[in-house]
Amino acid sequence: MHNKSVAELSRELESGKISSVELAQQFLDRIEQEDGKYNSFITVTEDQALADAKAADELRAAGNATPWTGIPFAHKDIFCTNGVRTTCGSKMLENFVPPYNATVTENFRKAGAVCLGKTNMDEFAMGSSNESSHFGPVTNPWGMKRVPGGSSGGSATAVAARLVPAATATDTGGSIRQPAALCGVTGLKPTYGRVSRYGMIAFASSLDQGGTMARTAEDNALMLNVMAGFDPKDSTSLDREVPDYTATLNEPLKGLRIGLPKEYFSDQLSPAMEEQVRAAVKEYEKLGATVKEVSLPNAKLAIAAYYVIAPAEASANLSRFDGVRYGYRCEDPKDLMDLYTRTRAEGFGTEVKRRILVGTYALSAGYFDAYYLKAQKVRRLIQQDFINAFKDVDVLMSPTTPSPAFIQGEKTSDPVTMYLEDVFTIAINLAGIPAMSVPAGFIDGLPVGLQIIGDYFSEARLLNAAHQFQQVTDWHQREPQ
Amino acid sequence: MTISREDIEKVAVLARIRVDDEQVSALETDLGNILDLVDQLSAADTDAVEPMAHPLNAVQRLRPDEVTETNQREAFQAIAPATENGLYLVPRVIE
Repeated sequence: MHNKSVAELSRELESGKISSVELAQQFLDRIEQEDGKYNSFITVTEDQALADAKAADELRAAGNATPWTGIPFAHKDIFCTNGVRTTCGSKMLENFVPPYNATVTENFRKAGAVCLGKTNMDEFAMGSSNESSHFGPVTNPWGMKRVPGGSSGGSATAVAARLVPAATATDTGGSIRQPAALCGVTGLKPTYGRVSRYGMIAFASSLDQGGTMARTAEDNALMLNVMAGFDPKDSTSLDREVPDYTATLNEPLKGLRIGLPKEYFSDQLSPAMEEQVRAAVKEYEKLGATVKEVSLPNAKLAIAAYYVIAPAEASANLSRFDGVRYGYRCEDPKDLMDLYTRTRAEGFGTEVKRRILVGTYALSAGYFDAYYLKAQKVRRLIQQDFINAFKDVDVLMSPTTPSPAFIQGEKTSDPVTMYLEDVFTIAINLAGIPAMSVPAGFIDGLPVGLQIIGDYFSEARLLNAAHQFQQVTDWHQREPQ
Repeated sequence: MTISREDIEKVAVLARIRVDDEQVSALETDLGNILDLVDQLSAADTDAVEPMAHPLNAVQRLRPDEVTETNQREAFQAIAPATENGLYLVPRVIE
């Protein structure tokens, strides 16, 4: 059963071939047997999962099942879960048990899904390799010395290793698409505001977006059907109709106009990677799509703008971790300043402290205009590039990452080198548009991702394009040995 | 771009994060490299560009000024590091 997709498992449950309790137990057994190698889970909620699975079986017996009733999955440990500890990969929240559910968590609960636990992640979602978690690094199942990508690397690994068929994830600068690419799974970052951020621990509020991770585009569509929608509890949530994302998966791609941004096929891309991506684009041409080169002239400034805006917002968001109301507190503080400064020095890891300091510097008197305001203006230029591009094409395609999964420890000593891992993904977050990563080949046994980028609220089109590609290729079906 | 020890110490105070001498040295290099990366922004001509704070130009949504949340003080204080009589405890500020 562990090799089946969410859609297939849903049919198995519907047919009565297996019960929700049996299914949950099978996956829990796999996590117990296999996850010692990967460290993809921070918390496994066995008792709660089996109780939820029993309730799902009862719901189905009463004739009230949804496509998600009894489906096992996992939440990235950034989504608050009522009564279940939510760490965000940090010592600061090592023992934090939220008294409420995130809206995303609540939506899956209402749909009858069975959460098996919380997946590992870079601390406060800061990182591109999943090496900054307080709970230790995650290992890529395609290469045991390699990183799974970050920050949703726990979710990507859990899906790739068949420990769960699907997992939630979040993406601030590429944290869904990059680990999805490096682990050979399919991940979607929706349009900013499409999925509620309520109860999703904030890193950079104007960039963070919850999304989906599973093996197939169809499963991503099933996930987005549960996650997307207006939430009055989130002031950044958009009140806009949500389509059935599974309804258009089978539409033909004849006439689809694909743009290839020339800046994303430059000398920073290895020939092997370019070959894989261009081969994937050829498949689209066989399906009836047309391809043309487009330009995103300000793309080269995306990383610089991001590393002002994201740390600036992080420095404000993470000011709440002061040792007073929840989370870690240092021992025997001698005064209030000592409480704040030691709590934060001891509770945060190196990368988080580095970004808070950069953000505080960028926002401080004398530097605001030169850094923060300038970055917000460049952000507008980057957005305008995408708006111009989508006048001529329906989607853009590019590699998701500059290279396949790198070796653990290879980039941890140089933050700037690590930041460049998100060179193809960051501009999408700055603009707030949706994008996916779809498995599109292998280099030396390591997965390669194709990034499909769409205009605002074009998730259905992206999922359709990804699904059709997965009907004629089998990269997404490959399993790590 | 270089960032001085004094700058780092000043920013650490603003950010309420204690840093020791050894960390300041490492941060000088790391933050300097990050600011070098960020300095690429200065090459962009943005004189006539409006800053972008929200991707969809959304405006702040308002709701009626009514109490909608129930009091959950006990639930919230149950996860606090230190409380007493319904109050959060912190070190004494005024002697």
